[in-house]
Amino acid sequence: MAHDSNHQDSHHPKHGFWRTYVFNTDHKMIALWYGITALCFLLFGFGLVMLMRWQLAYPEQPLPLIGKWFGPTRMPDGVMLPEFYNQLGAMHGTIMVFMGIVPLAVGAYGNFLIPLMIGAPDMAFPKINLASYWAFFIGGVVMLASFFVPGGAASSGWTSYTPLAVIATTGQTMWIIGMIFLITSSLLGAVNFIATIFQMRAPGLSFMKLPFFIWAQLVTAFLLLLAFPPLEAAGVMQLMDRVAHTSFFMPSGLVVSGEHLKISGGGSVLLWQHLFWFLAHPEVYVLILPAMGIISEIIANNTRKPLWGYKGMVYSIVILGLLSFIVWAHHMFITGMGTTISAFFQATTMIISIPSVVILTALFISLWGGSIRFNIPMLFALAFLPMFGIGGLTGLPLGLSSPDIQLHDTYYVIGHFHYIVAPGTIFALFAGIYYWFPKITGRKMNDLLGHLHFWPSLICMNLVFMPMMIQGLAGVSRRLYDGGASYAHAQGVLHLNVLMSHAAWVMAVFQIPFIINIFWSLYKGQKASDNPWESTTMEWATATPPPHGNFAFDPKVYRGPYEYSVPGATQDYTPQCQEKVI
Amino acid sequence: MSSGTSSSSIYVLPHTVEPNPETGLFNAKLGIWLFLASEVMLFGALFSSYILLRVSSVNWPLGSTILNIPLGTLNTMVLISSSVTMVMAWASLKMKDFGKFKLYLGLTLLCAFIFLIVKYFEYSAKFHHHLFPETSTYMAIYFTLTGLHGIHVIGGIIVNSYLWGPGSKMWLDQPERFTNRIEIAGLYWHFVDLVWIFLFPVLYLL
Repeated sequence: MAHDSNHQDSHHPKHGFWRTYVFNTDHKMIALWYGITALCFLLFGFGLVMLMRWQLAYPEQPLPLIGKWFGPTRMPDGVMLPEFYNQLGAMHGTIMVFMGIVPLAVGAYGNFLIPLMIGAPDMAFPKINLASYWAFFIGGVVMLASFFVPGGAASSGWTSYTPLAVIATTGQTMWIIGMIFLITSSLLGAVNFIATIFQMRAPGLSFMKLPFFIWAQLVTAFLLLLAFPPLEAAGVMQLMDRVAHTSFFMPSGLVVSGEHLKISGGGSVLLWQHLFWFLAHPEVYVLILPAMGIISEIIANNTRKPLWGYKGMVYSIVILGLLSFIVWAHHMFITGMGTTISAFFQATTMIISIPSVVILTALFISLWGGSIRFNIPMLFALAFLPMFGIGGLTGLPLGLSSPDIQLHDTYYVIGHFHYIVAPGTIFALFAGIYYWFPKITGRKMNDLLGHLHFWPSLICMNLVFMPMMIQGLAGVSRRLYDGGASYAHAQGVLHLNVLMSHAAWVMAVFQIPFIINIFWSLYKGQKASDNPWESTTMEWATATPPPHGNFAFDPKVYRGPYEYSVPGATQDYTPQCQEKVI
Repeated sequence: MSSGTSSSSIYVLPHTVEPNPETGLFNAKLGIWLFLASEVMLFGALFSSYILLRVSSVNWPLGSTILNIPLGTLNTMVLISSSVTMVMAWASLKMKDFGKFKLYLGLTLLCAFIFLIVKYFEYSAKFHHHLFPETSTYMAIYFTLTGLHGIHVIGGIIVNSYLWGPGSKMWLDQPERFTNRIEIAGLYWHFVDLVWIFLFPVLYLL
């Protein structure tokens, strides 16, 4: 990166290429690696779904131009095989969640901003931080390599339900091994984040003066720390089932393709689902909480007033974290686990919606009476609010056990959670890139290209995901490789597949301005000062780009994180580490 | 660079040695407790799976009819002794007696190796009697739990060997930091011991 050569001269000890870029323990460099790698994985995972959308809109028709490149085991004469479609589906979910959004929202944003926002020179354990990145990288490589083993990548869905996943091809073993690396990476990162936030805050920075983003990262780190190990245990057991032929998840008398499996039996199929969702429900909050943190920072900054109900938001996010551990079985209402258990999990699910609504409402009220600056980060942040709202509200019928009988495993579920993670979390991540780009590079991103990225993306997102709700209500299953073409009840909503696919491809085209913007702005963007957005939090108080060790002075904190438009002050923002109000 | 000790660095990480007055812990001690919390969740999930599989099975064998209780008891004693010597190693450093430290950490390592050797004989006896993970769900959970515990023992051996050998050079220039390292290695080792203390009755006796 161009900026780094300058700051290296003044602050970095002189090292060779490997120590400077690859084995550098500086949290900012690790964050950049996380960010670049995760963005590449996001693009790749998005590419997989582009292929799936062709098959859904035009089943059994050869994919023009590039169809023949995929070979006879995947797409003979350009026509997608059902097996390949299943691989794309499973890997799209896995890549987007575990290799795209989490590493970007936690690995990149958390690593870059936590030490800067709390006034620390680096993370508490810089070497473990580097190990965490490389574990993530290796896990990602294993996942990608699984496409090239016999039988292809994992194809049992991102949930890898047993016994299907146990009898699947080699790709599933690669999936488990890849997941174990990714889990290890998350654990190392989580320990580091929590230790850093507890141990290394600047003098005066009490917990109730922390920016909301830090609170979001702290709760997220606890979720990663405590929810991931049960999936690791489950992964080890599934690996044993696959490699050592045990029967942890294999019921007695299982018949596959007319043949009795030679297994000892006696395993529990539901056990996998319990262990998987014990991770994967907190994981949903791992996806959304950092996004809420990013959005809060941007909204406070661009409304030029304090966040409304900061304390309420903090209490809500902590309660959200705690409750997220006791809602997991709402993914399992129709497994026959019993109405009593369903009643319990439906009650906790309804309760957990309260703190989410508190946070969203507080962010909406924060807009009230502000003189809002409609810059690109703020546009994404403003779009996040209603989009996340739609995602959250459409989740309520899924959380109630009786409507879930109709909606379970339909496109309604896909529409619901994509509203949360795509125009929700991913918009927040885009907002964050536009917002913190000047701190990383010293240059602002281009506004025109930003508009060209934002507006089409917003429209297309809705054109892709809203029709899914309609299809789902009509009862179309989410796992059909022909998009429902061979099902009578799907005929009435089949035409929506074409609309959704075209919207998805148009959306892909309008990500190009974003990619151009990053590279163009890196060299040609408008030069930015140390604090171009006139923000109060501490990452803007240091030089741009921040030097090795982050602060050239000893940061001290005198006030809360959002002291905008303080009455009597001449300047409409008062930074956290500024002693007097001017 | 990361430790703040090399000459080229321009900053020092706070609380690498002296505790943070707010939490009363130095960084690595908080870190190891967090790590152990995640380990509790890992073994907790496996123990929960054990309970679930056992209560839903029609015939679950009594562990004592399959496993060798005297060998299991021996290994329990060996691991508990190693925990004691681990504490003695740390206490020796606190009393500035490096020679005793070498002795006690050496004994801890010896105990860890004895544990693995006994475990090896137990495993080979099972294989000899054609008892494999695929034989029954009981054998599956036995091999999974003790295997995962064994990996943790090996991890402890690697860390403790480093601290006994090349890592102990730190005693010369940063004695306090080295003592802290022994303390957190000890916390991990006690956890590995504690897991076995749960594993032994659950698998061998019940």
